[in-house]
Amino acid sequence: MRFAVPVFPGSNCDVDCLKAVEDVLRVPVEPVWHQERGLSEYDAIILPGGFSYGDYLRTGALARFSPVMDSVIEAAERGKLVVGICNGFQILLEAGLLPGAMRRNDHLQFRCDIQPLRVENTKLPFTRDYREGEIIRIPIAHGEGNYYCDEATLAELKQHNQIVFRYVEENPNGSVDDIAGIVNRQGNVLGMMPHPERAVHDWLGSVDGVRFFTSMLAYWEENYGAA
Amino acid sequence: MIKATIVVMLKPGVLDPQGSAVKGSLHSLGFEEVTEVRIGKRMEVWLNTDNRAEAEARVAAMCDKLLANPVIENYTFELEEGA
Repeated sequence: MRFAVPVFPGSNCDVDCLKAVEDVLRVPVEPVWHQERGLSEYDAIILPGGFSYGDYLRTGALARFSPVMDSVIEAAERGKLVVGICNGFQILLEAGLLPGAMRRNDHLQFRCDIQPLRVENTKLPFTRDYREGEIIRIPIAHGEGNYYCDEATLAELKQHNQIVFRYVEENPNGSVDDIAGIVNRQGNVLGMMPHPERAVHDWLGSVDGVRFFTSMLAYWEENYGAA
Repeated sequence: MIKATIVVMLKPGVLDPQGSAVKGSLHSLGFEEVTEVRIGKRMEVWLNTDNRAEAEARVAAMCDKLLANPVIENYTFELEEGA
């Protein structure tokens, strides 16, 4: 299994994602500059957090039109695993790969903390190593993580079990229905505001992100062999 | 040259945290008659064309594609010739 981490001008969690895949899974993972096209040799793509294009205009709005995004959309349509973390989630929303939009946090603060989440759906390639309803601790760091969608979209997300993670104890940004992460209808494109790549060693304060990555590898090996 | 002045606003009903914060500050300054504040973006775009109809279609396309997010934002714009 090969991972790609597209790097946009302003990405700053790209190395964290590369290291997490290397340390946890020990499989090939490469950074891909945003002007590259063609991601066909990769099986999974992680859009990292950060401040692509300085978050000018809207978060993720300018990155969405980087050349590499054509390949990300194509990979998503072909059923490959696509993850967007934080700014990556914002980019997936702007690209229309996931429904909804991101607003400024309702309290206007940038929030940096370790946040408890409830795992709501464990039937996905990203969550199969978690237990349904399990509470995990994953770091957050964002000023615009206030997920919004209209009521019809929310009803659809619930109906198709697309809400993957919810904030518990406290909602750190005001998101609709305490949503922290969602998946597309097909189940291969996931966006989340918390950073699982920052929770893969004891010395980081949590190892609850490890199973996010092991889930993806287990899914891939089951479906495509242990090549 | 045609200058387009574009205003992008959050749709009615979409929470505007910036507007709410500014409303609170206006109240604390004694402007208690303020019932709501909404904050948007104004953008000025110059187009190298004299064809007004064409400019209107192009600016609308820019707004739909990039300058506004149709999920949460509305836009309006005005065109000014020779600007």
